[in-house]
Amino acid sequence: MKKAINVTMPSSAEGMSRVDGRLKVTGAAKYSAEYTMPGLTYGVLVGSTITKGHILTIDTKAAGRAPGVLAVVTHLNSPKVPGDQPEKGKPVPDKGALKVFYDNKIYYNGQPIAVVVADTFERALYAASLVKAQYKAEKHITNLPDNRDKGFAPRGEGVYKRGAADAWQSAPFKVEQEYIVPTVTHNPMELHAIIARWDADDKLTVWDKTQGVNDTRDDLARLFKIPAANVLVHSQFVGGAFGSALRTWPHEVAAVLAAKVVSKPVKVVLSRADMFTSVGYRPFTWQKIGIGATADGKLTGITHEAAGQTSSYENFTEGPVGVSQNMYACPNVNTKYNLVSLDIATPTWMRGPGEATGAFALESALDELSYAVNIDPLELRIKNYAEVEPSSGKPFSTKFLKEAYQLGADHIGWGDRKQVPRSVKQDGWYVGYGMGSGMFGAYRSGATVRAKMMADGTLILQTAVSDIGPGTGTAMTIIAAEQMNIPADKIRFELGDSSLPPAPTQGGSATVASVGPAVVKACTDLKEKFQKLIGNGGEDHPDYAKVLKEHNLPSLEVTSSSDGGNGMEKYAMNSWSVHFVKVLVNAATGVVKIDKVACVSDCGKVISPKTARSQVIGGAIGGIGMALMEESIIDHRYGRYINNNFADYHVPVNADIPQIDALFINKPDPIINVMGAKGMAEIALIGMAAAVANAVYNACGKRVRDLPITPDKVMG
Amino acid sequence: MKSDKPTPETTDVKDSSRRDFLKQSTLLTAVAVTPVVAIKAANDHMDEHLAAVFEKMPLKMEVNGKTVNLSVEPRSTLLDILREQLDLTGTKKGCDHGQCGACTVHVDGHRINSCLTLGIMMSGKKITTIEGLAKGDQLHPMQEAFIKHDGFQCGYCTPGQIMSAVSCIREGHAGSEHEIREYMSGNVCRCGAYPNIVNAILEVKDGGFAV
Repeated sequence: MKKAINVTMPSSAEGMSRVDGRLKVTGAAKYSAEYTMPGLTYGVLVGSTITKGHILTIDTKAAGRAPGVLAVVTHLNSPKVPGDQPEKGKPVPDKGALKVFYDNKIYYNGQPIAVVVADTFERALYAASLVKAQYKAEKHITNLPDNRDKGFAPRGEGVYKRGAADAWQSAPFKVEQEYIVPTVTHNPMELHAIIARWDADDKLTVWDKTQGVNDTRDDLARLFKIPAANVLVHSQFVGGAFGSALRTWPHEVAAVLAAKVVSKPVKVVLSRADMFTSVGYRPFTWQKIGIGATADGKLTGITHEAAGQTSSYENFTEGPVGVSQNMYACPNVNTKYNLVSLDIATPTWMRGPGEATGAFALESALDELSYAVNIDPLELRIKNYAEVEPSSGKPFSTKFLKEAYQLGADHIGWGDRKQVPRSVKQDGWYVGYGMGSGMFGAYRSGATVRAKMMADGTLILQTAVSDIGPGTGTAMTIIAAEQMNIPADKIRFELGDSSLPPAPTQGGSATVASVGPAVVKACTDLKEKFQKLIGNGGEDHPDYAKVLKEHNLPSLEVTSSSDGGNGMEKYAMNSWSVHFVKVLVNAATGVVKIDKVACVSDCGKVISPKTARSQVIGGAIGGIGMALMEESIIDHRYGRYINNNFADYHVPVNADIPQIDALFINKPDPIINVMGAKGMAEIALIGMAAAVANAVYNACGKRVRDLPITPDKVMG
Repeated sequence: MKSDKPTPETTDVKDSSRRDFLKQSTLLTAVAVTPVVAIKAANDHMDEHLAAVFEKMPLKMEVNGKTVNLSVEPRSTLLDILREQLDLTGTKKGCDHGQCGACTVHVDGHRINSCLTLGIMMSGKKITTIEGLAKGDQLHPMQEAFIKHDGFQCGYCTPGQIMSAVSCIREGHAGSEHEIREYMSGNVCRCGAYPNIVNAILEVKDGGFAV
């Protein structure tokens, strides 16, 4: 397998720079909380201080009389949210999104019980401290491990079996272990924020942090029973999200309600503490894996169980056990996925949802098995390489993971790895190497793009997609520049506005794969329109401005759509990754230092090398945070987060991170779309935490199965 | 969300009673209005406007080379004044607790967290925000380097990173990759652009650009 392969490893300066870079480095990029408008007021939420029960009384008098206060909205005086009211003749669903200011029931600590609106932020913040509630508290449960017996199989998920169940047990070499991924919070740097303004009784405009302007529009239209066309959602710049802005949250509804009450625009910006309770998180998940192999390292069976937490009012599901079904060729696989309802807010998808959780367990278990059977972990993976999708038997559209393994191994210096832990010690630090692999479905959905060529030769592209940071506008501009054969600086990509042609929500690593084909289609259609204008024999790439001038036209435009593709009917489609990590573990303190990282992505063709590299590095750093430091801790006596700030909830900082090598196989997938490009956001993180954990074990012989790998656990 | 922790009694009394006081008092002749007018004023929230005048303090400072004269509440942070009163939203709020660095600005040439700084402490000071770093259309070398090395993704921590990066060099703390990482660790980037940020700072430092 040592064949030459055309690998791409861009440097940080290589490739086209971001189209919105100048706006971002000058402070001119406007995020949701940064719009000014006449009469703008400020809303501050008041959270419940109990975890379960109901409100007995709520005293808003002092807050209401505080200087500058315009309104205090609670369940006692809130306008009704029409979409939350029971419909005649229809059964009331027993589960669903939290209904804001609906009644006196409390489902989690920090649940909004009031919003105070004032003329300045300071006055609203102070007045919010004056709202007093008395509660009737009930016994709450917030601890998953103690309540795993209350688990239930969510609808449509649950049990999977291929071959014989629990076949691993009869294998000559086997491992059975439990793994914990704790609650991890997205914590994008931008605090979630919304400005809500009613322009008429049935017309609403919001500037909102969202990954999907159309989803937000549809949610608000449904909740307030107004036509979707009357809801305008702006989200031009989104300061990170990682999944936290994939759905409409209570603070958004509260802001819209408050704006109705005061008949003025209301801005609500969450505090950092609110970010832990109000906009989802990666759910605490318990897992158990049993895995067995023959003496020559062939997998005979995998059993993967998982129990993830959800709220009491809503079932949130993801796919932690899916990786065990399809990552490796194994004849016998059975999986089971349960939910446990706790008195906490509903979790949501966080980068590499489910798969990242599952891959930590599977890739750790595989590493443990490699020691049990005494085969190099990389070799063990190659021995069990899946050439077709194990669960369906379908061929993969493309899969170059074997090449990725080899590249990453060469790059990290895998040959220097010793199979026996604690073999290498330098200056008081144990040296170890680890690897972890990831996969994620290569999804694609329909999108529509308007392409308009202006008289001065500027091409304007418009679609209602969001860009939470990966550089969607940049990638789309690169695609259009190639299609139209014009310089990138003559292209303007407009996004983040629900009135633009529809595009999918930014999530599931599907934006480039979905919107890209629509850009290609729009460019193709626009060129055709130019051809028709020119008549027979026109050039494929004419001087567009000249043609418009000759025909005395101010502009020429098309609106074109692409569908979701049908590749998945015949093919299994995924992006793949492998992460190699070299760590140093301090023998005296248990501190883990990341010394070197090499990540290889097999995600089809790379459209934008500079931003792709950044995305992979960012995913790796997210994985390092998950591995070494991130954990949202609840004091179960009170059901409240105790480290809900950046001093106590640790995320990687600059000093934690070395240079990271991001390598790309960069071979197009001809099935996914016309560009051959698949997603890379999720795979950049999936498998990374296991790579770190495996390297720590290789370094010092300590296997940590409950994240994060803090020094106390390494020393313990 | 604010928790409903106990509020100091004195504050509570003062604020909740002010409007009632204005509604009832005959002492208002002291401010040359009749009680009837005062009551109407109270009903129209004029008392708040009146109180607001007394609660505020004058603040004169220089922001991005321009003198600004403001009337601010003593409790207002420099960050909120920049963002909410001066519409300089390039300075970001990421935690409001001095834990993330998104709000970094320069005061008399030194980097500070503007969320931990009360506005009234800035009297007579020279503030530079991200909006004041470029010379007209010509970007500061650090801004150019951040674009070139892609020192960001979402862009939200970026203004703070750039203000810190400029200081990092000015302070003489950009001697090595290791030193840059240490002295840039007060600025959190959740997208994970750290290696690119280091590359950008190295380029400016090694390029000998005036910062």
